[in-house]
Amino acid sequence: MVNLIAKSPCHGILPITIGSVTLSEEDVGVIHSVSPYKGQKKALSVAMKSAYGMAYPAANRSAGKAGARIVWFGHAQAMLMGPEPNRELSELAAVVDQTDAWAVVRLEGPAVEDVLARLVPVDLRSTSFKRGHTARTLLFHMSASVTRVGEKAFQIMVFRSMAHTLVHDLKRAMEGVASRS
Amino acid sequence: MRISCPFCGERDRREFYYRGAAVDLERPLPGAGADVWDAFVYLRENPAGETRELWYHEGGCGAWIVVTRNTVTHEILRTEHASEARS
Repeated sequence: MVNLIAKSPCHGILPITIGSVTLSEEDVGVIHSVSPYKGQKKALSVAMKSAYGMAYPAANRSAGKAGARIVWFGHAQAMLMGPEPNRELSELAAVVDQTDAWAVVRLEGPAVEDVLARLVPVDLRSTSFKRGHTARTLLFHMSASVTRVGEKAFQIMVFRSMAHTLVHDLKRAMEGVASRS
Repeated sequence: MRISCPFCGERDRREFYYRGAAVDLERPLPGAGADVWDAFVYLRENPAGETRELWYHEGGCGAWIVVTRNTVTHEILRTEHASEARS
């Protein structure tokens, strides 16, 4: 019997710290996309609230904390990260396992906004992008999901196949910011 | 150029992919006849002024958006989610 070993998307290349910023891989557990069926958004929100204490998120918003998070991911789509979805959820929404499809990293440190400002064409400063805010946008040339999860911490998600490119691009921006400080 | 996505808010043009005139929303029936289909596939207005186009928020939320803009002033007058613009 072959013994298969699970490898995370950024296995062997993270964590790294350059200057004041640290990039590390996040183990968020299982990830499911949740897309409410027509007219079921409200009922889904109520069901999620009672099951996980988090309502279905409004556009550009996320809720929860490490271990159980819901992140808005586009029109009629959110990502449930951490908890296993229950049966009631799949009666109100299309629930699809995405666990192995996404690379999830955490970028943290005093200069984190300067690093992301080099790559992301959205204003991520705390004046306009507060904790719990999320954006589907670009990170350099990649389609990404960027969420502020702490005062100086962001969660970034890209397709798993882009994991090494993500680390390469972030590393280069981190080096650029560090060399100027 | 900045385009307002109905979901994400105002974003840079680089996040969007351009599809063309918003005629795709009024696709003719299969039996509409050769003339109607010829017009749908090949004939486009080229207005100096207001135009309705389909844009795709590729580097963002993935929504198809109907953008009404002025080709002379580059002003964007209106943006709406394609499924709502159609109904």
